[in-house]
Amino acid sequence: MDTAATPHSNYLTDGYGLKSWLLTRDHKRIGLLYLLSVSAFFVLGAVFAGLIRLELMTPAGDLVESDVYNKIFTMHGVIMVFFFLIPAIPAVLGNFLLPIMIGAKDLAFPRLNLLSWYIYTVGGVFTLWALVNGGVDTGWTFYTPYSSAFSNSNVALVVVGIFINGFSSILTGLNFIVTVHKMRAPGMTWFRMPLFVWAHYATALIFVLGTPVIAITLVMVAAERLLHLGIFDPKLGGDPVLFQHLFWFYSHPAVYIMILPAMGVMSELVAAFSRKRIFGYEFVAFSSLAIAVVGFLVWGHHMFVSSQSVYAAMAFSLLSYLVAIPSAIKVFNWAATLFKGSISFEAPMIYVFGFIGLFLIGGLTGLFLAALAVDVHVTDTYFVVAHFHYIMVGGTIMMYLGGIHYWWPKIFGKLYHQGMARVSAVVIFIGFNLTFFPQFIVGYLGMPRRYHAYPPEFQLWNILSSAGAVILAIGYAMPTFYLIYSLVKGKPAPANPWGAKGLEWETSSPPPTHNFEAAPVVTEPPYNYAK
Amino acid sequence: MSGAHATQHPRLQHHFDNLDQQFEASALGMWLFLVTEILFFGGLFTAYMIYRLAYPQAFAEASHELDVVLGGVNTAVLISSSLTMAMAVWAAQMGKRSSQLLFLGLTILLGLAFLGVKAVEYAAKFEHHLVPGPDFRFEGARDPVHAQLFFSLYFVMTGLHALHMVIGIGLMAVLFVMAARGRFTKAYHTPVEVSGLYWHFVDIVWIFLFPLLYLIDRHGPVH
Repeated sequence: MDTAATPHSNYLTDGYGLKSWLLTRDHKRIGLLYLLSVSAFFVLGAVFAGLIRLELMTPAGDLVESDVYNKIFTMHGVIMVFFFLIPAIPAVLGNFLLPIMIGAKDLAFPRLNLLSWYIYTVGGVFTLWALVNGGVDTGWTFYTPYSSAFSNSNVALVVVGIFINGFSSILTGLNFIVTVHKMRAPGMTWFRMPLFVWAHYATALIFVLGTPVIAITLVMVAAERLLHLGIFDPKLGGDPVLFQHLFWFYSHPAVYIMILPAMGVMSELVAAFSRKRIFGYEFVAFSSLAIAVVGFLVWGHHMFVSSQSVYAAMAFSLLSYLVAIPSAIKVFNWAATLFKGSISFEAPMIYVFGFIGLFLIGGLTGLFLAALAVDVHVTDTYFVVAHFHYIMVGGTIMMYLGGIHYWWPKIFGKLYHQGMARVSAVVIFIGFNLTFFPQFIVGYLGMPRRYHAYPPEFQLWNILSSAGAVILAIGYAMPTFYLIYSLVKGKPAPANPWGAKGLEWETSSPPPTHNFEAAPVVTEPPYNYAK
Repeated sequence: MSGAHATQHPRLQHHFDNLDQQFEASALGMWLFLVTEILFFGGLFTAYMIYRLAYPQAFAEASHELDVVLGGVNTAVLISSSLTMAMAVWAAQMGKRSSQLLFLGLTILLGLAFLGVKAVEYAAKFEHHLVPGPDFRFEGARDPVHAQLFFSLYFVMTGLHALHMVIGIGLMAVLFVMAARGRFTKAYHTPVEVSGLYWHFVDIVWIFLFPLLYLIDRHGPVH
């Protein structure tokens, strides 16, 4: 590290051994460590999703027993939510890009950053241990008293794993906030920051304010199981509904942890491929903060049928509608940015259109669920499953992949096959809709979630959904091949292959170890495109 | 503090421009961490308040079983440790090594004293079968189920606080060794200041725990 960087050396060539990666403090290398581990968990979570779709091909519960099925959907949820969707964009792209985008040499606390990856890994090991040990069957929501008093599966192990993993979120969020406050380059004022940074700042606020609450809640569940305390156990004087309140106080904002960074990526991509300044920059920036704040006030909409007071339900319903406003502000601003832009259809832009489609459907069906009467009808049906997959999975993965495609030449200094990438974006979009749109219908017709058998009249919709899952799997697999191929055979990428604005495109591809050859000074507004 | 001189400082990490920026980042980082701690304890305080309001009689009865004298002594011990901590920070700012060692040592001793008193209190609860679980017995209680809930919360809340004390004492021990090796100067004493923030925070948690658990309704109409 102490050797001066020559113009041709970069962070990838600065040390080759395993030790140079496992002990690195470079935010870029840590981002790549996350890329590997997050991808591994995604594959594992996807295998469980595949098993679910396989079981649901036939109405009879014939592939696995019901308690095995319970474990399958629980592991799918736990892995995808806590080990993929929450860390995916912030820990991979945020880690890599946030310091570069504000002209810093690194995050404020590089050692803490590396520690957060190790914490994530240890949390993951606990969860995998539980899996090998026989799994867990409570659903990813760990509702008490089932999780605390009745389940005979490895609840404590998984709860401890998620508790540990939470500290990785907390430390990442803390690192981002301090970095944004204290490490900006000269001239990088708050309103010159890319919207990606604003979105990650808002996300970091949720990390810091929300995650500790799930942590203490899981401590209480673990204490009930291991020490026989009774905070949520009615037999011992506790109240299980309190668990739901505390759980959703984090887990609803967690949805915004997943979608806000995706929105940040979206803003970068829309501006870059429309060759236009983002429309209403301040509105997009503040709408991120608004989502983060209002997102903390809507948790009760998960509890419309959980003996909550009707007045509380009305308030939570109205507040839930309120979240739609900043989200809509963003969508309208992106649309206005596209309007009369010089749009080019590079691969990341195809993902942009995919995101708009999936986010619109997911967001609008969220309004159905915020409506009290409709929600009572569709609670615990596949309608809810379809809704949150559109938002959390559709929205987040579209922009995770869109971002990976956009910054791949920067991260690795290689160009990938544009045609293949465009095709994969389309395949994912088609596969996703085929998988999850039928679930809206079958859920509205009354098919409940979390059962391995169902009435025969729902089979058509389930077969469509399973067929869609196959297409979706092909779509997700494609980038793995052509992106890895690009590392071996890809043409070297120039510093700014898209002709985009932003500090990350002013340094070389891949960037040098300390990000810039000379400390950058910012003199122009963000997204300073011709139009 | 700034200028060419500070940039030469061996404690300055490569990605900061100067020691001021480095200190400000560390301090902000610790404040943010304390925010997460407030929310961490906040979940427990929320649970406690809800149950306290739901079962005021049972909670008042159960809280009578706590030893208010030992709790009061511990409160005094912790407040004194905050004073010695503040003095340790002052000594570091002034670059006085021997006073640093004195005050850090006193802080450690007061922290250990707190844990000792806490251990005595816990032992008494075990003797009197007031620990939640199959052995829990609360003779003469009108509502033993919710009294047990009080003790569940009591042990989780004070237990987590004690765990934070243990971590704090560990931090102080590390600082003590660093101070003994002369690592802190007028220009660089970030670890002392930042750990001081943590120590004061742990004290403040107790300042809320003590009245909530020991004092509310102490002389109220229980029977």
